[in-house]
Amino acid sequence: MSTLRLLLVGTLLHAKQISRSPFEVAIALVVPVVQATLAVYLFRSGGEQHRLLEAAVGAGVMGVWSSVLFGSGGAIQNQRWQGTLEMIMMAPRRPALVILPITIATGITGTYALLATLAWGRLLYGIRLDFAHPVAFVVAAVVCVVGLGMFGLLLAATFVLMRNANALANTLEYPVWLVSGMLVPITVLPAWTVPVAAILPTTWGARALREATSGGPVWPSVALCLGISLICLLVGFLVMGRVERRARAAATLALA
Amino acid sequence: MGSDYAIEADDLRRTYRARTGWLKPTRTEVEAVRGVTFEVGRGELFGLLGPNGAGKTTTIKMLNTLLIPTSGTARVGGFDVVKQTKQVRRRIGYVFGGDRGLYDRLSALDNLRYFAELYGVAPREQKRRIAELLDLVGLAGRERERVEGYSRGMRQRLHIARGLLHSPDVLFLDEPSIGVDPVAARELRRTVGDLAATGTTVLLTTHYMAEADELCDRIAVISDGCIQALGTPAELRKHADGFRVVEVEAYGVPDTAVDTLRGLPGVRETAVEVKGALQLLTVHSDAHVDVQGDVLRELAGIRLGRVNSREPTLEDAYVAIVSAA
Ligand SMILES: Nc1ncnc2c1ncn2[C@@H]1O[C@H](COP(=O)(O)OP(=O)(O)O)[C@@H](O)[C@H]1O
Ligand SMILES: [Mg+2]
Repeated sequence: MSTLRLLLVGTLLHAKQISRSPFEVAIALVVPVVQATLAVYLFRSGGEQHRLLEAAVGAGVMGVWSSVLFGSGGAIQNQRWQGTLEMIMMAPRRPALVILPITIATGITGTYALLATLAWGRLLYGIRLDFAHPVAFVVAAVVCVVGLGMFGLLLAATFVLMRNANALANTLEYPVWLVSGMLVPITVLPAWTVPVAAILPTTWGARALREATSGGPVWPSVALCLGISLICLLVGFLVMGRVERRARAAATLALA
Repeated sequence: MGSDYAIEADDLRRTYRARTGWLKPTRTEVEAVRGVTFEVGRGELFGLLGPNGAGKTTTIKMLNTLLIPTSGTARVGGFDVVKQTKQVRRRIGYVFGGDRGLYDRLSALDNLRYFAELYGVAPREQKRRIAELLDLVGLAGRERERVEGYSRGMRQRLHIARGLLHSPDVLFLDEPSIGVDPVAARELRRTVGDLAATGTTVLLTTHYMAEADELCDRIAVISDGCIQALGTPAELRKHADGFRVVEVEAYGVPDTAVDTLRGLPGVRETAVEVKGALQLLTVHSDAHVDVQGDVLRELAGIRLGRVNSREPTLEDAYVAIVSAA
């Protein structure tokens, strides 16, 4: 009960803190437009008019992914700069419970990117928002966001430990986009990426959303996304405890 | 609960290891704290006094569980800071000076709510406790404003309110008065004094002698990661017994002259403090030797201001302890 409250209050406050950053606001205004445009032109030139909505959804999921990746890393890094990382980590709570609200909050701000990409697609390019399974789409979106938040917990563990983890975030952004088939179908990617993609929750989240958009068996993908995310959560809990201890030994909770 | 002491530090050491550079990594090691031992009684207000880089923050962070000691042990409230982290964390508050450590884009109320939740303050008590603390630190009425618009002093007071949310037994204050104006600093000292008077154990670090003197029951003077002296302010003052202090205001004293002064018979320490164009020379000497004449002779030809010979203060004792290290 108290744990649930902590998660809820924490998520709300971190979402508030993140959404008030001028940098985040600027990104949130520009990125979805760029993504919608990119998606539309990529697919138009490919002569696949009917897949515009799918492309817009794919672009939107990329937004969620970027938000979680830079969010879980960026938020930890920001908190280190602000001096709040030490303050929250020294609370008498399991470290994962302290960090999880931050990564879920980044997932939530990421959902905005998804919705905004769709809205811009509709507004600028007249993409018709006729989803094959509207209800399933909403469920898939929620699962996707929460799942990414849980995946973010694993990422965040790295960021708690490493002081210059931004470099890692930068190198992870595009590969995961590609490998999880957010923009292009996995089938066009080299064979070695398949097993990598299969264990990323992003792959299944994106797939569920695509299936909900243009038809297909949504629920298995949703279930897989959720399942893998829960494993991430579990591993995240275990790893985070160790990481916190190592961070205290290596003095990486503070700036210098 | 078993232990008579609120804080026990036993031969604490901490070395920072860092690797810098990608292509040619070089390892650097800093021995920040090298064997610190002390005890703080329950309800005591204990000061760690030392210059910048002495190891005060490092010591505090080992005690408040943010850093794991390289060696040595410490207990807070009878609980081991490494093995019983959670028990320690429940019982301590931590406040540091400066601008950082708060969520700037949130209001004071949001900040306090979040930390109340983190510290498991019961939901029904949160409202009352937060209102009480806002009152205590004089922020009532401003709690809905964003912290980014707060002055240094207000932030510091919010920091303190945050540190007290869960009514900790032991409060760690790391240079709390840094950068706040004198009036705010005096307010702060009063708040800290009140806390100690009502039974909270306080460990305060500072590099202001006057602050430590006014507040602390006992003071440990730390420099170079070691405790150089420990005692009540009155006991520390004895380190300056048998001293005499000559202060000279001068303009344009060359370093060589300062070196010669240090070599004069009876002189123990010299220090130069630059105040704009003015240099304030402080010369500690044995009490039975009158060095003033010699000092003035050495400074012949240099423009001088006020010259003053006086009894040593606690500050002089502090300077003597630190520079003897
Ligand atoms: N994270 C760190 N990495 C490397 N060196 C550090 C770190 N933190 C502090 N130091 C060094 O340790 C010494 C003691 O620092 P600190 O405990 O902050 O002193 P104080 O609080 O008394 O000013 C200083 O030389 C400082 O440069
Ligand atoms: Mg310090």
